[in-house]
Amino acid sequence: MIPAKFDYVKPASLADAVAALQQAGDDAKIIAGGQSLLPVLRLRMAAPSVVVDLGGIAELKGIREDGDKVVIGAMTPYYDILRDDLVKQHLTLLAQAVATVADNQVRHRGTLGGALAHADPAGDLGAPALVLDAEMVITGPGGTRTVAAADFFQGLFSTALGEADILTEIRFPKFTGWRTHYEKFNRTAQAWSMVAVGVALKIDGGTISEARVGLTNMGDRPLRATAVEQALVGQQATADVAKAAAAHAAEGTAAPSDADAAADYREHLARVLTGRAVLAAAG
Amino acid sequence: MTQIRVTVDGVEYADDVEPRMLLVYYLRERLGKTGTVVGCDTSNCGACTVHLNGQSVKSCSVLAVQADGAEVTTIEGIARDGQLHPVQQAFHDNHALQCGYCTPGMIMQAIDLLGDNPDPDEQEIREGLEGNLCRCTGYHNIVRAVQDAARRMKPGASADTPAPAAVAGGGQ
Repeated sequence: MIPAKFDYVKPASLADAVAALQQAGDDAKIIAGGQSLLPVLRLRMAAPSVVVDLGGIAELKGIREDGDKVVIGAMTPYYDILRDDLVKQHLTLLAQAVATVADNQVRHRGTLGGALAHADPAGDLGAPALVLDAEMVITGPGGTRTVAAADFFQGLFSTALGEADILTEIRFPKFTGWRTHYEKFNRTAQAWSMVAVGVALKIDGGTISEARVGLTNMGDRPLRATAVEQALVGQQATADVAKAAAAHAAEGTAAPSDADAAADYREHLARVLTGRAVLAAAG
Repeated sequence: MTQIRVTVDGVEYADDVEPRMLLVYYLRERLGKTGTVVGCDTSNCGACTVHLNGQSVKSCSVLAVQADGAEVTTIEGIARDGQLHPVQQAFHDNHALQCGYCTPGMIMQAIDLLGDNPDPDEQEIREGLEGNLCRCTGYHNIVRAVQDAARRMKPGASADTPAPAAVAGGGQ
């Protein structure tokens, strides 16, 4: 399987990349790590006339601390995220989710920014970004702006990014000391999530003082399970509490039915996985 | 056409390629390095695994133009002075292949795995090879071969490798 023909541009700066996208119009695609895009191109599910490679822009890669934020460059590969001390200390949920993505070879190439911009509802990075209040920094023809994760995901493979916009970095507040877990269900190694649940709990003296729960593949975009969160706050992190809270996991969702699973089975999975994730996070 | 410069198995090449050319086809069809095979063409099987700047990648999921300026190592570039790489030798000695189609990718991923974790336990090996599918062996002898290779590659271990077993399939 060979992709359709395209022109290839590898700009050396962000400004050049935006200009290249503007020039190419609506028929351009950005390539980051390419681990989602190349399979799509090979299957000819997409046939852009121009592919703009961000691999030549060094400033898009790397992880740094900025006051009370951890900032991850959009082109930072999963492999680097998994080994980063700031992530290990402040963003454990992100690391747990990244560890479930595909396989080692793909994690060497695939990038956080690429995954978020691709916005596949079965992708594992959207729900953690939502749970962790990520801010997406976007540069386009009109300059630079910041969009909250809650406003970034707009539907199936659809985000707040415009045609000539580039996601440059993802800013996370520090979730230091929070207890987290990402529980993913799929049937084969390396597969996409049939459903997955990301949980972050703040536990003070055995009581859950704050709870954040995100769902993967329970709608056309990542979702927060707010009813579960409300049911957890103020409670002890026991098996009974987890089970009672998890019963709300499918509320307000719009799970798809497809070859992998029917919607009602996904709803069942969301409840079961939420219960497991809460208990695993509480430890 | 876009010009690329790559170093493959220690040899520098400069070539004009179509941007849509996948790295695996560049290696096979342009350079004749058919040791790297195409298994699934869907990013699942890992048979096409090579090292790009020292990290394992699926070469069906990298454009040749993305490898511009990079160093690529294939299964054809890991033996030294006529001696198989310790992982190759361990696959041979442990009967870690049947049809052999997945073997180039398995060995390249095993080398990457041992670079990150020189002393993996069985579970770590199985997870490290998650992106490589074998439809013959059931993986057991592959895992044994990687454990064996880890022992051989430990600092201080003898570089000599034992002669292959006389009877194929003789387990340990």
